[in-house]
Amino acid sequence: MAAQLNPLANGRPVYVVDGSRSPFLRARGKPGPFHASDLAYQAGRALLYRHPFAPDNFDQVILGCVMSGPNEMNIARVVALRLGCGERMPAFTVQRNCASGMQALDCAAQDIASGRSDLVLAGGTESMSHAPLLFSTAMVAWLAGLNSARTAGARLKALAGFRPAYLKPVIGLIKGLTDPIACLNMGQTAEILTHRFAIQREQMDAYAVRSHQRLDQAQKNGYLDEIEPVYDHGGKYYDADDGLRADSSMEKLARLKPVFDRPFGKVTAGNSAQITDGAAMLILASEEAIEKHKLPVLGRILDSQWAGLDPAQMGLGPVHAMAPIMQRNGYSSDDIDYWEINEAFATQVLACLAAWRDGEYCQQELGLDSAFNPIDEERLNIDGGGVAIGHPVGASGARIVLHLLKTLQRTNTRRGMASLCIGGGQGGAMLVERSE
Amino acid sequence: MGDQERKPDLYTVIDDDNIAWMHLDRQGSGTNVLSATVLERFYDELLDITERSPRGLVILSDKKNGFVAGADVGEFTLLGNHYEALTAIQRGQEVFDRLAALPFPSVALIHGFCLGGGLEMALACRYRIARDDPGTRLGLPEVRLGIHPGFGGSVRLTPLVGALHAMDLMLSGRTVDGRSAKRMGVVDYAVPERDLKTAARSLIMDPPFPHQPTKLQALSNHALVRPLLAHVFCRQVRKKARRDHYPAPYALIELWKQHAENERAMMHAEAESVAELITGPTAQNLIRVFLLQEQLKALGRQSGFRARRVHVIGAGVMGGDIAAWCASRGLQVTLEDQSPERIAPAMKRAYRLFKRRFKRTRPVQEAMDRLMPDHKGLGVERADVVIEAIFENADAKRALYAGLEPRMQEGALLATNTSSIPLQELRSGLARPERLVGLHFFNPVAKMQLVEIVRDAETDPEVVARATAFTRTIDRLPLPVTSTPGFLVNRILLPYLLEAVELENEGVPPAEIDRAAVNFGMPMGPIELADTVGLDICLHVGDILAQHLGGEVPQRLRDLVQQGRLGRKSGEGFYRYKKGKPVKQRARKDYRPAADIADRMVLRMLNEVVACLREKVVDDADHLDAGMVYGTGFAPFRGGPLHYIETEGEDTLLERLRDLESRYGPRFEPDAGWGDIAGFRSNEPDNET
Repeated sequence: MAAQLNPLANGRPVYVVDGSRSPFLRARGKPGPFHASDLAYQAGRALLYRHPFAPDNFDQVILGCVMSGPNEMNIARVVALRLGCGERMPAFTVQRNCASGMQALDCAAQDIASGRSDLVLAGGTESMSHAPLLFSTAMVAWLAGLNSARTAGARLKALAGFRPAYLKPVIGLIKGLTDPIACLNMGQTAEILTHRFAIQREQMDAYAVRSHQRLDQAQKNGYLDEIEPVYDHGGKYYDADDGLRADSSMEKLARLKPVFDRPFGKVTAGNSAQITDGAAMLILASEEAIEKHKLPVLGRILDSQWAGLDPAQMGLGPVHAMAPIMQRNGYSSDDIDYWEINEAFATQVLACLAAWRDGEYCQQELGLDSAFNPIDEERLNIDGGGVAIGHPVGASGARIVLHLLKTLQRTNTRRGMASLCIGGGQGGAMLVERSE
Repeated sequence: MGDQERKPDLYTVIDDDNIAWMHLDRQGSGTNVLSATVLERFYDELLDITERSPRGLVILSDKKNGFVAGADVGEFTLLGNHYEALTAIQRGQEVFDRLAALPFPSVALIHGFCLGGGLEMALACRYRIARDDPGTRLGLPEVRLGIHPGFGGSVRLTPLVGALHAMDLMLSGRTVDGRSAKRMGVVDYAVPERDLKTAARSLIMDPPFPHQPTKLQALSNHALVRPLLAHVFCRQVRKKARRDHYPAPYALIELWKQHAENERAMMHAEAESVAELITGPTAQNLIRVFLLQEQLKALGRQSGFRARRVHVIGAGVMGGDIAAWCASRGLQVTLEDQSPERIAPAMKRAYRLFKRRFKRTRPVQEAMDRLMPDHKGLGVERADVVIEAIFENADAKRALYAGLEPRMQEGALLATNTSSIPLQELRSGLARPERLVGLHFFNPVAKMQLVEIVRDAETDPEVVARATAFTRTIDRLPLPVTSTPGFLVNRILLPYLLEAVELENEGVPPAEIDRAAVNFGMPMGPIELADTVGLDICLHVGDILAQHLGGEVPQRLRDLVQQGRLGRKSGEGFYRYKKGKPVKQRARKDYRPAADIADRMVLRMLNEVVACLREKVVDDADHLDAGMVYGTGFAPFRGGPLHYIETEGEDTLLERLRDLESRYGPRFEPDAGWGDIAGFRSNEPDNET
């Protein structure tokens, strides 16, 4: 594959004005209090109130969402209308599985760079707890037959064709988290990486504990001020990521049984990202829009990259997406101040770190001369990641870019890299920079 | 318009299919109402149209807001005696009989309001089509004016949809949208605007059999069933209204029970019954109250101010419910309090309100979306109206305003929902002190229509006009009052509540006290009301009023509050509460309460009424009556407290008051204003409105 150019290099600069997100709410085995559009709406409305321009000043609204509900087709447009962006607001929804939120930012950035748009509301949302239960195809065919039977005899005959097995529902979430080509569950792809890089269960569990500890610390320090509380209809509000287990420990995690490769695997519910509902929304703008509306600047989006790889090893996607950005910008790992690599699985991040510094991997898989310097783990996911916060697939990409910018702002540093692995065998990465 | 010249109030166009389209378009008004003149013109037009033998007639309205909103209520007050009333009603019946007897099909094409006489007109048509949208409302609300349908409405509706639906509509006076009307069978179709004329044309070109009730519905009008059903209806009505206070629903049930199988006899009895009711005191007083309501509504037209964004600070019961109400009326609302935790319960109450009001999912979601919980106070800068509803502490309020004022838009209203603190004490820190105005809502906000607009000499009149207009924007009734302790409603209500507490303290069982007040016509007895408002609140208001106006707060009230018996909210006040309902113990069989307990409560209230009039707490004496009816539910069938004084006779009441004073002491001392009640009416304020 020929080296790609930076898609944003020759266009107008792309600024991130501000962003907010809902708390990420762990799915508790039944539909949660919010639909995906509710989360995006509630995160978005407070964001819009913070800025002087009216919502119909946007040029478009772009949201990432993997499985929007049946009442939310093209959820970006639904959210745009609920936010009062007006009926003339174009809006579209993007789907690149686990990186849908980042894809939305990328689309917005491209349109600003090219001059098509000046002000874009972009982000991602997902209500995984609302993933549907589906009728099997056989059940649907039977119902259709029954429906079209005209005479009593035909109806009776159609009725008789029923088989109890038709009643078995198809669980949308499980299908969604299974690769239809490699026929592997996402957890199984993580097991493959575990095996390939000889990662130990203790390493994975230690990583998971640290993710929780970091989130706990970030909450205590107030480092998550991008969160806007959301309110349900029953008098409850939610203002913090509730997947946090501040008391997580090696002992507790060691007790969990593997869920994907039973009984001998190493990936457990405790060292995987949680199934979660959440939304993250960002305002992206051109220089003209910043001046016109006198908007603050949180940072710039400098570069982005998408990459494909073996679906069975999809967890290494970040390595494949980040490498070209590093290469064409001439960066070494030390040039990046902070990293956000989405934690689909603890082992998957560990595998990425291993591949990144593995000369053989970098030469053979990435066509590089040598390996990268190791990524400093003290600069990676410093306020916790998907294992503790959760991974609402449509939203995570937008969340990590937003939090990375917030981290750069807080630490007064300059450059950050956000990246995700993508079910189906891809990786996505985005390079951001904080303006002075 | 063919060869027809345009007549006043209505005109008819006959199209190529020979269908006559009669357009109702009352001159000089935005609303169609059936005045006597309009009715005569309508009659003449029917004769004209009949002569031209069209294939059919479609009646429709050119008014944007609806079909016909009903009779001209103002004319009701001009009916001098039973004979005049009967003549007018029978003439209306004749006109609609003519419509019903047309030798060709007729269709009422209904959009917006179709109420009272308007629906009776539609019922006289062979078919009815309603527009399917939330703005279309059909109903027979006559009972709210102390009468029942008189232009053949009861006669035509009961056989059309059966007694259950018909009585439901006529006894409650509630309105329904097109879709519900279709479900009941009141209209033949409920279709969107775009299909209205096509549907009307199709009914005339190919007329089907007119709507018939289901077998079960028809059975409800059977002679053997009626006595039984009448009994059930009476029992239901009794829960809401007493026969001696509100005779109309009972008369309607009786009329139907006696005459349902004979259309002509029922028609005759309907006219007789309405003539009787409309000249009686209940109807006349209810009509008076209705017209007073129109007066208060008209106050809102002094300013073109149209608020779109409201910011409410304080998410307690009042603030939260004010915010929810504003959102339900289509405004963009931000609700601020110190933390999400304080706002969340208000969101739950808002959701319940919206669910009850809108029922369907999307309108509920829209209303929820209009109400933003705002613990950071982001809404202040954009708000057209800022309403403060925090706890009653002048320092806290002043500090809040100081922070708010520089952030607010230049022309935005700054309003306080204080119920006890004079504006003067609150405005001292403001750069523009004249901008502070009181918007005093009543609890529960969604039920109590009245809002006191509180101002004093320093308040900018333009601000008052804006506050009044805003009150109308959210469909509440504005009542301008002076910023004197207790304003109007609480000040008048309090002596009545305190006297009830005295009675309880003297050993009169609370249930007996409440019964006496309800017998007088109050919607809820004073003891239960005090429990509902909260005894701590009563005590607080009582203390403030006592401080400014003299008088004493009974020790009993203080004791209860001290014991933590705060009323309904704490589970126990004067009553104990089970699942939010008071447990009322029956008095011993031989218990006879003193004859004067109602007098003691009512006369203290009336004495305060006179004091308020003397002090000119309201601009217009009539406003006081409207305020008490809509702010406290003061017996509407009595036409308001001042009207009650006039009806009972000032001298009689004064004498009774003196008698009470001699027996119970100075709290019954007649106000200086007694003796010149008539003067309050003639002595209208000389303001420019």
